[in-house]
Amino acid sequence: MAAQEAEAAVPLKLHGAAMSACTARVLTCLHEKGLDFEFVPVDLFSGEHKLPPFLSISPFGLIPVLQDGDLTLFESRAITAYIAEKYKDTGSDLLLTRHEAGPAAAAAAVKVWTEVESQHFNPAIAPIVYQYFVASMQGGSPDQAAIDGHAEKLGKVLDVYEARLEKSKYLAGDSYSLADLHHVPYTYYLMKTPVAASVVGGRPRVKAWWEDISGRPAFLKVAQGMEFVAKEK
Amino acid sequence: MAAINVHGSPFSTASQRVFATLYEKDVDFEFVNVDMRSGEHKKEPFISLNPFGQVPAYQEGDLTLFESRAITDHIAQKFASKGTPLTTGEPEMKVWLQVEVNHFEPASSQLGWEQVFKPMFGMTTDPAAVEANEAKLSKVLDVYETRLSKSKYLGGDQFTLVDLHHLPNIQVLNGTPTKKLFDSRPKLSAWIADVTARPAWSKVLAMQKQ
Repeated sequence: MAAQEAEAAVPLKLHGAAMSACTARVLTCLHEKGLDFEFVPVDLFSGEHKLPPFLSISPFGLIPVLQDGDLTLFESRAITAYIAEKYKDTGSDLLLTRHEAGPAAAAAAVKVWTEVESQHFNPAIAPIVYQYFVASMQGGSPDQAAIDGHAEKLGKVLDVYEARLEKSKYLAGDSYSLADLHHVPYTYYLMKTPVAASVVGGRPRVKAWWEDISGRPAFLKVAQGMEFVAKEK
Repeated sequence: MAAINVHGSPFSTASQRVFATLYEKDVDFEFVNVDMRSGEHKKEPFISLNPFGQVPAYQEGDLTLFESRAITDHIAQKFASKGTPLTTGEPEMKVWLQVEVNHFEPASSQLGWEQVFKPMFGMTTDPAAVEANEAKLSKVLDVYETRLSKSKYLGGDQFTLVDLHHLPNIQVLNGTPTKKLFDSRPKLSAWIADVTARPAWSKVLAMQKQ
């Protein structure tokens, strides 16, 4: 307990924006682990994140950034991996290291499906969310051709997920893991768009998986802060 | 130790990432060539190894993995005490592994596609795409130049998976005019010269001659 008390004295500090999906990814992870932290809002509208003081902690000018004592980390999936590993014995077993039968294989499956999210799912979903939420916030209209193209790609990725979820309840196995968690924030936004019905609604296992992972208490806390000024179309 | 099979191609950058890791670790494996020209990777039996129809796929006894960076991570952990230590346990490594895949890979692979692979398939290089991706890559390389003035390697003071993951795309771009972006940055050039001279990387390139 002494080590935990010492760590509690210098809390984790997360710099980000509550409506940013990447920030939400880290917030969800922190809540899954039941960790205390200080949230430092970054004013994206003023371009704070592209100026030298912020660039010194995040050289690409991206949020979120985690500070843990002297350590500074950027890239949301590096931060979640760090948190999941450092706190692997508390809170949700996000890396499946406590898996009874074959922890090494379970942990490897988490790695595979976190790569899948990053390499296949994210490139298809992020532009759709951008078009519906950010482009319209900046005064433009969503580019329907871009939306349609990415929705088709996302559909193909989710066909693989639909088949995968026939074999296991969650992506990396029968327990919730970081691989599932990484999908939640962008999908939350996607579900508010016209694309949701066909892409997710039309795939029963994906839909059930989505309802499960988005209903977890940790994410429900994060969802409260996730509001873009979205234009209804 | 369960037998290791790697299904892929010596010309696939993602496959090379896995071969390099196995050579660095001095771990025996069997290479199973996937005939990509005939679309073998999009059909059974390969699709059962990787439902996304991409090389490489890795088998170690009953364990099947895909996504090159999940495979390299698994190998580095499983064989931690063998060969080159490819992980340090330092949290910074996680950051730079993400930087490679999220910032370096997209621009560098587009540049490789435009300038090397498209011509191989009888398609025409798009100069606007080259220009746009060189501009993106330059910004990433500026961050790398600063980083490499603080540590010998990208992940810290030792060679790790962070550096290794860059090798395939660096090798491709070294054969294109994009090399000028490397040559104009002294710390970056020195790092490139160092990492591409590693014996394990030479073994990967030798696979292309078989």
